[in-house]
Amino acid sequence: MTLAQGAEPGAPTLRAARRRLLFDMLGIVASAAGFGVVFGLTARANGFSPIEAVAFSVMVFAGASQFIAAGMIGAGFGWPAVVVLTGLVNSRHLLYAAALGPWLRDRPRGERALMAHVLTDESFALSLVHFRRLGFADRRGYWLAAIGGVFIPWNVATVVGVLGGQVIPDPRVVGLDIVFPAAMAGLAVGLATGRREVVAGVAAVGIALVVGLAVDPRAGVLAGGFLGPVAGLLVPRRDPAVPEADELPADPASFSVPNRSDDGLAP
Amino acid sequence: MNVGLVGLALLMFAVTYPSRAIPLLAPAFERLPPRALEYLRLVGPAVLGAIAASQVLLTTGAGGHPTFHVGIDAVAVLACAALVAWRRNLFLGLLVAVVVAAVARALGAG
Repeated sequence: MTLAQGAEPGAPTLRAARRRLLFDMLGIVASAAGFGVVFGLTARANGFSPIEAVAFSVMVFAGASQFIAAGMIGAGFGWPAVVVLTGLVNSRHLLYAAALGPWLRDRPRGERALMAHVLTDESFALSLVHFRRLGFADRRGYWLAAIGGVFIPWNVATVVGVLGGQVIPDPRVVGLDIVFPAAMAGLAVGLATGRREVVAGVAAVGIALVVGLAVDPRAGVLAGGFLGPVAGLLVPRRDPAVPEADELPADPASFSVPNRSDDGLAP
Repeated sequence: MNVGLVGLALLMFAVTYPSRAIPLLAPAFERLPPRALEYLRLVGPAVLGAIAASQVLLTTGAGGHPTFHVGIDAVAVLACAALVAWRRNLFLGLLVAVVVAAVARALGAG
Protein backbone atom coordinates (compact mmCIF):
# COMPACT_ATOMS: atom_id res chain seq x y z
CA MET A 1 0.00 0.00 0.00
CA THR A 2 1.32 3.40 -0.92
CA LEU A 3 0.47 5.64 2.00
CA ALA A 4 -0.73 9.14 1.41
CA GLN A 5 1.25 12.09 2.55
CA GLY A 6 -1.34 14.26 4.20
CA ALA A 7 -4.28 11.92 3.96
CA GLU A 8 -7.36 13.93 4.67
CA PRO A 9 -9.57 13.78 7.68
CA GLY A 10 -12.91 12.33 6.76
CA ALA A 11 -11.44 9.93 4.25
CA PRO A 12 -12.90 6.46 4.77
CA THR A 13 -10.80 3.93 6.61
CA LEU A 14 -9.04 1.31 4.57
CA ARG A 15 -11.34 -1.41 5.83
CA ALA A 16 -14.47 0.61 5.01
CA ALA A 17 -13.14 1.48 1.56
CA ARG A 18 -12.33 -2.16 0.81
CA ARG A 19 -15.79 -3.16 1.97
CA ARG A 20 -17.19 -0.59 -0.44
CA LEU A 21 -14.94 -1.92 -3.18
CA LEU A 22 -16.27 -5.43 -2.59
CA PHE A 23 -19.80 -4.09 -2.83
CA ASP A 24 -18.97 -2.28 -6.08
CA MET A 25 -17.42 -5.48 -7.41
CA LEU A 26 -20.56 -7.61 -7.10
CA GLY A 27 -22.15 -6.42 -10.31
CA ILE A 28 -18.83 -6.58 -12.16
CA VAL A 29 -18.31 -10.19 -11.05
CA ALA A 30 -21.78 -11.11 -12.32
CA SER A 31 -21.13 -9.35 -15.62
CA ALA A 32 -17.69 -10.92 -16.12
CA ALA A 33 -19.05 -14.35 -15.29
CA GLY A 34 -22.04 -13.99 -17.61
CA PHE A 35 -19.99 -12.84 -20.56
CA GLY A 36 -17.19 -15.28 -19.80
CA VAL A 37 -19.69 -18.06 -20.35
CA VAL A 38 -20.83 -16.43 -23.59
CA PHE A 39 -17.22 -16.16 -24.73
CA GLY A 40 -16.68 -19.85 -23.97
CA LEU A 41 -19.74 -20.72 -26.02
CA THR A 42 -18.69 -18.40 -28.84
CA ALA A 43 -15.20 -19.87 -28.88
CA ARG A 44 -16.53 -23.40 -29.04
CA ALA A 45 -18.97 -22.47 -31.79
CA ASN A 46 -16.04 -21.09 -33.81
CA GLY A 47 -13.99 -24.25 -33.46
CA PHE A 48 -11.82 -23.47 -30.44
CA SER A 49 -10.75 -26.31 -28.19
CA PRO A 50 -11.11 -25.76 -24.40
CA ILE A 51 -7.35 -25.19 -24.10
CA GLU A 52 -7.42 -22.56 -26.86
CA ALA A 53 -10.41 -20.77 -25.32
CA VAL A 54 -8.75 -20.70 -21.90
CA ALA A 55 -5.46 -19.54 -23.45
CA PHE A 56 -7.32 -16.55 -24.92
CA SER A 57 -8.92 -15.65 -21.60
CA VAL A 58 -5.69 -16.02 -19.62
CA MET A 59 -3.20 -14.48 -22.06
CA VAL A 60 -5.24 -11.85 -23.90
CA PHE A 61 -7.71 -11.15 -21.07
CA ALA A 62 -9.58 -8.47 -23.02
CA GLY A 63 -13.20 -9.36 -23.68
CA ALA A 64 -14.03 -7.26 -26.73
CA SER A 65 -10.96 -8.32 -28.68
CA GLN A 66 -11.53 -11.97 -27.70
CA PHE A 67 -15.07 -11.90 -29.10
CA ILE A 68 -13.87 -10.19 -32.27
CA ALA A 69 -11.05 -12.70 -32.70
CA ALA A 70 -13.34 -15.68 -32.20
CA GLY A 71 -15.72 -14.32 -34.82
CA MET A 72 -12.90 -13.59 -37.26
CA ILE A 73 -11.38 -17.03 -36.83
CA GLY A 74 -14.77 -18.59 -37.39
CA ALA A 75 -15.21 -16.48 -40.53
CA GLY A 76 -11.86 -17.60 -41.88
CA PHE A 77 -9.76 -14.45 -41.40
CA GLY A 78 -6.01 -14.88 -41.18
CA TRP A 79 -3.99 -14.34 -38.02
CA PRO A 80 -2.41 -11.03 -39.13
CA ALA A 81 -5.81 -9.35 -39.45
CA VAL A 82 -6.82 -10.62 -36.01
CA VAL A 83 -3.59 -9.43 -34.41
CA VAL A 84 -3.73 -5.95 -35.98
CA LEU A 85 -7.35 -5.46 -34.96
CA THR A 86 -6.57 -6.68 -31.45
CA GLY A 87 -3.81 -4.09 -31.12
CA LEU A 88 -6.17 -1.33 -32.23
CA VAL A 89 -9.07 -2.39 -30.03
CA ASN A 90 -6.89 -2.75 -26.96
CA SER A 91 -4.94 0.48 -27.43
CA ARG A 92 -7.36 2.18 -25.03
CA HIS A 93 -5.44 0.50 -22.22
CA LEU A 94 -2.73 3.11 -22.77
CA LEU A 95 -5.06 5.68 -21.23
CA TYR A 96 -5.88 3.47 -18.27
CA ALA A 97 -2.27 2.66 -17.52
CA ALA A 98 -1.25 6.30 -17.88
CA ALA A 99 -3.98 7.37 -15.47
CA LEU A 100 -3.05 4.73 -12.89
CA GLY A 101 0.69 5.18 -13.33
CA PRO A 102 1.09 8.10 -10.90
CA TRP A 103 -0.74 6.13 -8.22
CA LEU A 104 1.31 2.98 -8.65
CA ARG A 105 4.75 4.43 -9.33
CA ASP A 106 6.02 3.50 -5.85
CA ARG A 107 5.36 -0.18 -6.42
CA PRO A 108 8.26 -2.39 -7.56
CA ARG A 109 8.61 -2.65 -11.33
CA GLY A 110 8.00 -6.39 -11.24
CA GLU A 111 4.72 -5.90 -9.47
CA ARG A 112 3.70 -3.13 -11.87
CA ALA A 113 4.52 -5.46 -14.76
CA LEU A 114 2.09 -8.02 -13.34
CA MET A 115 -0.48 -5.37 -12.55
CA ALA A 116 -0.40 -4.31 -16.19
CA HIS A 117 -1.56 -7.69 -17.45
CA VAL A 118 -4.77 -7.59 -15.42
CA LEU A 119 -5.61 -3.99 -16.31
CA THR A 120 -9.04 -3.96 -17.95
CA ASP A 121 -11.94 -1.54 -18.29
CA GLU A 122 -13.46 -2.90 -15.11
CA SER A 123 -10.33 -3.14 -12.97
CA PHE A 124 -9.32 0.39 -14.02
CA ALA A 125 -12.70 1.80 -13.08
CA LEU A 126 -12.97 -0.04 -9.77
CA SER A 127 -9.42 0.65 -8.62
CA LEU A 128 -9.37 4.32 -9.66
CA VAL A 129 -12.57 4.99 -7.72
CA HIS A 130 -11.13 3.03 -4.78
CA PHE A 131 -7.84 4.98 -4.82
CA ARG A 132 -9.58 8.32 -5.05
CA ARG A 133 -11.97 7.38 -2.29
CA LEU A 134 -9.01 6.61 -0.05
CA GLY A 135 -6.62 9.29 -1.28
CA PHE A 136 -3.84 6.78 -1.81
CA ALA A 137 -3.08 3.68 -3.85
CA ASP A 138 -4.09 0.47 -2.12
CA ARG A 139 -2.24 -2.35 -3.86
CA ARG A 140 -4.38 -5.03 -2.26
CA GLY A 141 -7.45 -3.20 -3.44
CA TYR A 142 -6.06 -3.21 -6.99
CA TRP A 143 -5.41 -6.95 -6.91
CA LEU A 144 -8.79 -7.58 -5.36
CA ALA A 145 -10.56 -5.63 -8.12
CA ALA A 146 -8.47 -7.02 -10.97
CA ILE A 147 -8.12 -10.65 -9.91
CA GLY A 148 -11.18 -11.22 -7.74
CA GLY A 149 -13.50 -8.95 -9.65
CA VAL A 150 -12.57 -9.81 -13.21
CA PHE A 151 -9.76 -12.29 -13.88
CA ILE A 152 -11.09 -15.22 -11.88
CA PRO A 153 -14.77 -14.86 -12.84
CA TRP A 154 -13.87 -14.34 -16.51
CA ASN A 155 -11.61 -17.38 -16.69
CA VAL A 156 -13.78 -19.73 -14.64
CA ALA A 157 -16.78 -18.71 -16.74
CA THR A 158 -14.82 -19.27 -19.95
CA VAL A 159 -14.19 -22.86 -18.85
CA VAL A 160 -17.86 -23.30 -17.95
CA GLY A 161 -18.95 -21.88 -21.29
CA VAL A 162 -16.60 -23.89 -23.47
CA LEU A 163 -17.34 -27.13 -21.63
CA GLY A 164 -21.09 -26.89 -21.28
CA GLY A 165 -22.45 -23.40 -21.06
CA GLN A 166 -25.54 -24.17 -23.11
CA VAL A 167 -27.45 -24.92 -19.91
CA ILE A 168 -26.82 -21.37 -18.64
CA PRO A 169 -29.33 -18.68 -19.72
CA ASP A 170 -28.33 -15.97 -22.18
CA PRO A 171 -27.09 -12.91 -20.20
CA ARG A 172 -29.40 -10.72 -22.31
CA VAL A 173 -32.48 -12.57 -21.13
CA VAL A 174 -31.76 -11.82 -17.47
CA GLY A 175 -30.48 -8.30 -18.20
CA LEU A 176 -26.85 -9.03 -17.31
CA ASP A 177 -25.60 -7.47 -20.55
CA ILE A 178 -26.60 -4.08 -19.15
CA VAL A 179 -24.24 -4.42 -16.18
CA PHE A 180 -21.08 -3.47 -18.07
CA PRO A 181 -22.26 -0.16 -19.61
CA ALA A 182 -24.22 0.66 -16.45
CA ALA A 183 -21.13 0.05 -14.30
CA MET A 184 -19.02 2.22 -16.60
CA ALA A 185 -21.61 5.03 -16.42
CA GLY A 186 -22.02 4.70 -12.67
CA LEU A 187 -18.29 4.72 -12.02
CA ALA A 188 -17.88 7.73 -14.34
CA VAL A 189 -20.50 9.57 -12.30
CA GLY A 190 -18.63 8.60 -9.15
CA LEU A 191 -15.43 10.10 -10.55
CA ALA A 192 -17.13 13.30 -11.70
CA THR A 193 -16.51 15.28 -8.54
CA GLY A 194 -15.90 18.73 -10.02
CA ARG A 195 -16.71 20.92 -13.00
CA ARG A 196 -13.65 19.80 -14.91
CA GLU A 197 -14.52 16.14 -14.50
CA VAL A 198 -18.13 16.72 -15.51
CA VAL A 199 -17.10 18.68 -18.61
CA ALA A 200 -14.50 16.04 -19.50
CA GLY A 201 -17.12 13.29 -19.17
CA VAL A 202 -19.86 15.08 -21.08
CA ALA A 203 -17.47 16.16 -23.83
CA ALA A 204 -16.12 12.61 -24.11
CA VAL A 205 -19.65 11.24 -24.51
CA GLY A 206 -20.40 13.74 -27.29
CA ILE A 207 -17.10 13.11 -29.06
CA ALA A 208 -17.50 9.35 -28.72
CA LEU A 209 -20.94 9.47 -30.31
CA VAL A 210 -19.96 11.77 -33.18
CA VAL A 211 -16.75 9.90 -34.01
CA GLY A 212 -18.45 6.58 -33.38
CA LEU A 213 -21.16 7.42 -35.92
CA ALA A 214 -18.70 8.79 -38.45
CA VAL A 215 -16.00 6.15 -38.13
CA ASP A 216 -16.46 3.31 -35.67
CA PRO A 217 -17.68 3.00 -32.06
CA ARG A 218 -14.24 1.85 -30.87
CA ALA A 219 -12.58 4.85 -32.50
CA GLY A 220 -15.21 6.98 -30.80
CA VAL A 221 -14.24 5.67 -27.37
CA LEU A 222 -10.59 6.41 -28.03
CA ALA A 223 -11.31 9.89 -29.36
CA GLY A 224 -13.58 10.67 -26.42
CA GLY A 225 -11.06 9.32 -23.95
CA PHE A 226 -8.25 11.42 -25.42
CA LEU A 227 -10.12 14.65 -26.15
CA GLY A 228 -12.65 14.75 -23.31
CA PRO A 229 -9.98 15.60 -20.72
CA VAL A 230 -8.72 18.41 -22.98
CA ALA A 231 -12.19 19.97 -22.81
CA GLY A 232 -12.10 19.54 -19.04
CA LEU A 233 -8.79 21.37 -18.81
CA LEU A 234 -10.31 24.37 -20.57
CA VAL A 235 -12.73 24.90 -17.69
CA PRO A 236 -11.52 27.53 -15.24
CA ARG A 237 -11.34 26.61 -11.61
CA ARG A 238 -14.40 27.59 -9.59
CA ASP A 239 -12.56 28.73 -6.46
CA PRO A 240 -9.00 29.98 -6.93
CA ALA A 241 -8.42 29.57 -3.19
CA VAL A 242 -8.86 25.82 -3.43
CA PRO A 243 -5.76 24.22 -4.90
CA GLU A 244 -6.24 21.87 -7.82
CA ALA A 245 -3.88 19.37 -9.28
CA ASP A 246 -1.98 22.09 -11.13
CA GLU A 247 -0.84 23.46 -7.82
CA LEU A 248 -0.28 20.24 -5.98
CA PRO A 249 2.94 18.31 -5.92
CA ALA A 250 3.21 15.50 -8.42
CA ASP A 251 2.43 12.98 -5.78
CA PRO A 252 -0.25 10.32 -5.92
CA ALA A 253 -1.47 11.30 -2.48
CA SER A 254 -2.43 14.68 -3.83
CA PHE A 255 -3.64 13.40 -7.14
CA SER A 256 -7.34 13.52 -6.47
CA VAL A 257 -9.67 16.34 -5.54
CA PRO A 258 -8.81 18.20 -2.37
CA ASN A 259 -12.24 17.90 -0.80
CA ARG A 260 -12.77 14.22 -0.28
CA SER A 261 -16.15 14.59 1.38
CA ASP A 262 -17.93 14.47 -1.94
CA ASP A 263 -15.42 12.34 -3.77
CA GLY A 264 -16.65 9.50 -5.86
CA LEU A 265 -18.72 6.85 -4.20
CA ALA A 266 -17.55 7.50 -0.69
CA PRO A 267 -19.73 5.95 1.98
CA MET B 1 -6.94 -31.64 -28.40
CA ASN B 2 -6.18 -28.80 -30.81
CA VAL B 3 -3.80 -26.14 -29.46
CA GLY B 4 -2.97 -24.27 -32.66
CA LEU B 5 -4.77 -21.10 -31.62
CA VAL B 6 -2.63 -20.81 -28.48
CA GLY B 7 -0.03 -19.24 -30.77
CA LEU B 8 -2.57 -16.64 -31.88
CA ALA B 9 -3.38 -15.93 -28.23
CA LEU B 10 0.33 -15.31 -27.63
CA LEU B 11 0.48 -12.87 -30.55
CA MET B 12 -2.62 -11.08 -29.29
CA PHE B 13 -1.00 -10.86 -25.87
CA ALA B 14 2.11 -9.43 -27.51
CA VAL B 15 0.16 -6.54 -29.06
CA THR B 16 -2.05 -5.95 -26.02
CA TYR B 17 0.47 -6.01 -23.18
CA PRO B 18 2.57 -3.00 -24.27
CA SER B 19 -0.40 -0.64 -24.15
CA ARG B 20 -1.11 -1.87 -20.63
CA ALA B 21 2.46 -1.85 -19.41
CA ILE B 22 4.41 0.97 -21.05
CA PRO B 23 2.77 3.82 -19.12
CA LEU B 24 3.17 1.85 -15.90
CA LEU B 25 6.81 0.93 -16.46
CA ALA B 26 8.44 3.63 -18.60
CA PRO B 27 10.48 6.08 -16.49
CA ALA B 28 9.14 9.03 -18.50
CA PHE B 29 5.69 8.35 -17.11
CA GLU B 30 6.90 8.34 -13.51
CA ARG B 31 7.57 12.06 -13.23
CA LEU B 32 4.94 13.83 -15.22
CA PRO B 33 4.35 17.59 -15.00
CA PRO B 34 1.30 18.70 -12.98
CA ARG B 35 -0.63 19.66 -16.11
CA ALA B 36 -0.25 16.13 -17.45
CA LEU B 37 -1.34 14.72 -14.11
CA GLU B 38 -4.42 16.91 -14.20
CA TYR B 39 -5.15 15.66 -17.72
CA LEU B 40 -4.81 12.06 -16.56
CA ARG B 41 -7.09 12.74 -13.61
CA LEU B 42 -9.81 13.59 -16.14
CA VAL B 43 -9.27 10.46 -18.23
CA GLY B 44 -11.34 8.29 -15.87
CA PRO B 45 -14.72 10.02 -16.19
CA ALA B 46 -14.05 10.71 -19.88
CA VAL B 47 -13.22 7.22 -21.05
CA LEU B 48 -15.79 5.49 -18.85
CA GLY B 49 -18.51 7.85 -20.04
CA ALA B 50 -17.45 7.31 -23.64
CA ILE B 51 -17.57 3.53 -23.24
CA ALA B 52 -21.02 3.61 -21.63
CA ALA B 53 -22.46 5.96 -24.26
CA SER B 54 -21.07 4.08 -27.23
CA GLN B 55 -22.29 0.76 -25.80
CA VAL B 56 -25.90 1.80 -25.37
CA LEU B 57 -26.43 4.61 -27.89
CA LEU B 58 -24.63 3.22 -30.94
CA THR B 59 -25.70 0.07 -32.70
CA THR B 60 -24.16 -1.50 -35.75
CA GLY B 61 -26.71 -2.55 -38.33
CA ALA B 62 -26.56 -5.25 -40.93
CA GLY B 63 -24.58 -3.02 -43.25
CA GLY B 64 -21.89 -2.59 -40.63
CA HIS B 65 -22.55 1.16 -40.31
CA PRO B 66 -23.11 2.47 -36.78
CA THR B 67 -26.40 4.21 -36.07
CA PHE B 68 -27.72 6.25 -33.14
CA HIS B 69 -30.33 4.44 -31.11
CA VAL B 70 -32.09 5.25 -27.84
CA GLY B 71 -33.66 2.14 -26.39
CA ILE B 72 -34.31 0.48 -23.09
CA ASP B 73 -30.56 -0.10 -22.62
CA ALA B 74 -29.98 3.65 -22.53
CA VAL B 75 -32.87 4.12 -20.11
CA ALA B 76 -31.46 1.43 -17.81
CA VAL B 77 -27.96 2.92 -17.88
CA LEU B 78 -29.31 6.42 -17.26
CA ALA B 79 -31.28 5.09 -14.30
CA CYS B 80 -28.09 3.57 -12.90
CA ALA B 81 -26.13 6.80 -13.37
CA ALA B 82 -28.89 8.84 -11.74
CA LEU B 83 -29.07 6.50 -8.77
CA VAL B 84 -25.31 6.60 -8.31
CA ALA B 85 -25.39 10.40 -8.42
CA TRP B 86 -28.24 10.49 -5.92
CA ARG B 87 -27.49 7.65 -3.52
CA ARG B 88 -23.75 7.09 -4.12
CA ASN B 89 -24.46 3.39 -4.40
CA LEU B 90 -23.20 1.58 -7.49
CA PHE B 91 -24.66 -1.79 -6.55
CA LEU B 92 -28.15 -0.33 -6.18
CA GLY B 93 -27.74 1.39 -9.54
CA LEU B 94 -26.67 -1.83 -11.25
CA LEU B 95 -29.52 -3.75 -9.67
CA VAL B 96 -32.08 -1.23 -10.90
CA ALA B 97 -30.52 -1.20 -14.39
CA VAL B 98 -30.69 -4.99 -14.65
CA VAL B 99 -34.30 -5.08 -13.43
CA VAL B 100 -35.34 -2.31 -15.83
CA ALA B 101 -33.71 -4.07 -18.79
CA ALA B 102 -34.98 -7.54 -17.88
CA VAL B 103 -38.57 -6.42 -17.20
CA ALA B 104 -38.71 -4.26 -20.33
CA ARG B 105 -37.48 -7.12 -22.48
CA ALA B 106 -39.87 -9.55 -20.83
CA LEU B 107 -42.68 -7.15 -21.75
CA GLY B 108 -41.38 -6.92 -25.29
CA ALA B 109 -40.12 -3.36 -24.97
CA GLY B 110 -36.42 -4.19 -25.32
